[in-house]
Amino acid sequence: MRLLLPDTERTPQRSDGVAAKTGDAPRRPPVVWKIRGWLSQRSYWTLAAVGLAVPLAFWTALTAFGSVNRVFLPGPYDVVHRIGTWFHDDDLLADVGISCFRVIAGWALSALVALPLGLFIGTFRVVQALLEPLTDFIRYMPAVAFIPLVMLWIGIDEGAKVAIIFIGTFFQMVLMVAEDVRRVPMAQIEVAQTLGASRGEIIDEVIIPSAKPALLDTLRLTMGWAWTYLVVAELVAANSGLGYAVIKAQRFLQTDKIFAGILLIGAIGLVMDQGFRLLHRLAFPYVYARS
Amino acid sequence: MSAIRCRGVGKVFGDGHARVVALENVTLEVTEGEFVTLVGASGCGKSTLLRLIAGLDEYTAGEIEAGGAPVLAPGADRAMVFQNYSLYPWLTVMRNVKFARQLAIHTRDRTSVDVEAACGRADALLGLMGLAQVAEAYPSQLSGGMQQRVAIARALMTRPHILLMDEPFGALDAQTREVMHDLILHVCRLEGCTVLFVTHDVDEAIYLGQRVVLMAPRPGRIDSIHTVPLPAKRTLSMKHSAEFLELRERILERIRETSGLRTDLELLEKLSRHVTV
Repeated sequence: MRLLLPDTERTPQRSDGVAAKTGDAPRRPPVVWKIRGWLSQRSYWTLAAVGLAVPLAFWTALTAFGSVNRVFLPGPYDVVHRIGTWFHDDDLLADVGISCFRVIAGWALSALVALPLGLFIGTFRVVQALLEPLTDFIRYMPAVAFIPLVMLWIGIDEGAKVAIIFIGTFFQMVLMVAEDVRRVPMAQIEVAQTLGASRGEIIDEVIIPSAKPALLDTLRLTMGWAWTYLVVAELVAANSGLGYAVIKAQRFLQTDKIFAGILLIGAIGLVMDQGFRLLHRLAFPYVYARS
Repeated sequence: MSAIRCRGVGKVFGDGHARVVALENVTLEVTEGEFVTLVGASGCGKSTLLRLIAGLDEYTAGEIEAGGAPVLAPGADRAMVFQNYSLYPWLTVMRNVKFARQLAIHTRDRTSVDVEAACGRADALLGLMGLAQVAEAYPSQLSGGMQQRVAIARALMTRPHILLMDEPFGALDAQTREVMHDLILHVCRLEGCTVLFVTHDVDEAIYLGQRVVLMAPRPGRIDSIHTVPLPAKRTLSMKHSAEFLELRERILERIRETSGLRTDLELLEKLSRHVTV
């Protein structure tokens, strides 16, 4: 396999001429396990495919030979079939749509507040002192435990589901945004000061543009967390959505539907994650620019 | 007339047990158009002094004047070049150099003639710094030497009276540094700005400076000021001249004395004898 061949281009030439005489370049061990080594795009995606295919094959084999009861572990075919019937008979797209709406709404609301708040925490020590310990305290509280309070205060309609996702995402997001802002190199800020920039200009022209790539990464990561709160959010008097479908399937012991719901959430998350990565490349070409 | 005047300047960090005297009773005058270098062992407060003059930190004693006015905050009359990480990676080289132009302080009362002149100046600076070819590149695509040229061009863009440089070539290799030395001397003569240049490299300090200010640690203070006995226009061959070598030796000896970093030959001898036995 190409992958396992030593990297001949990087083999050092011996200066004493011994290697030249015998015609054998001294061999380095294969570079596959080199720390932070390089890997071709092709090898990367081949390995990624193997990483996905092996568990799938294992799963298929486990169920195909009938050694496991289907109620405990449905086969891949059962799950695909279930997605098909879900799509035709139970309006899968509506479930996907409402779940996406809830996740994105909770996440976007959280970003709307966390971005400016994190910017202030990361920029001004007084705001940090005032709000960071408080945020640190709240973020350890389990979002699930807020369900009764949310029902009491907000009710049981869409707002409640969005609120649960907001609670699960917001407090982590504020701290990460503040950290991104704090990581802007002091030299970048001080240069602007010595060029005559005002405080507002430093925030607008230095801190925000400098932190932007890290902020987009934070938004990508927190979107992932928002999805993990979906099932919890749809515990609250829901009658639609992927998380609700999983909970309902549990009641009827429809293991294949549980699998289908979980896999669909994973797939949507993966697509969104890749979307964020693509956006990152398009929005910040300089991060990837190398001569 | 003096461009920078420090009188009895002191700087104390922290208080109580954490109290550290970084600078004590620093008195220094730099005349307009002069190129002065600051050298000394680490911890002698040379960077601290530069930051105080830039207005980035507050001094706790004495007074500092730049261009006749007391220093209270950073100002566009005192541009600073840092060792690294100061370029804006999201801006191209050209837009880094033009960064200051968009700031309110430089756009107030601006006429179209000024705008045109500024564009011309950016082009001229890039040409002068040998950056014309890479004007549209991002900083991450440039070598360390090129990046520092961009940082210098950006600092010069608004015609500062004073240029403060904090080990700007510290991260560059020796060959690149030599090229940068002649470049910075040439540019500063053209621009006519006053330069205060911090370095830990004694050769660099003598080659660039008309005067070398030698600082000593614990507490940070000025130890001695040496006038460099070389013609104003420096050439590489001067690095081998008797005057250069003699001054270099004198300064190095003094740094060793003040920093307490003398090699104890007797102790080394004893240790090596102990190993062979």
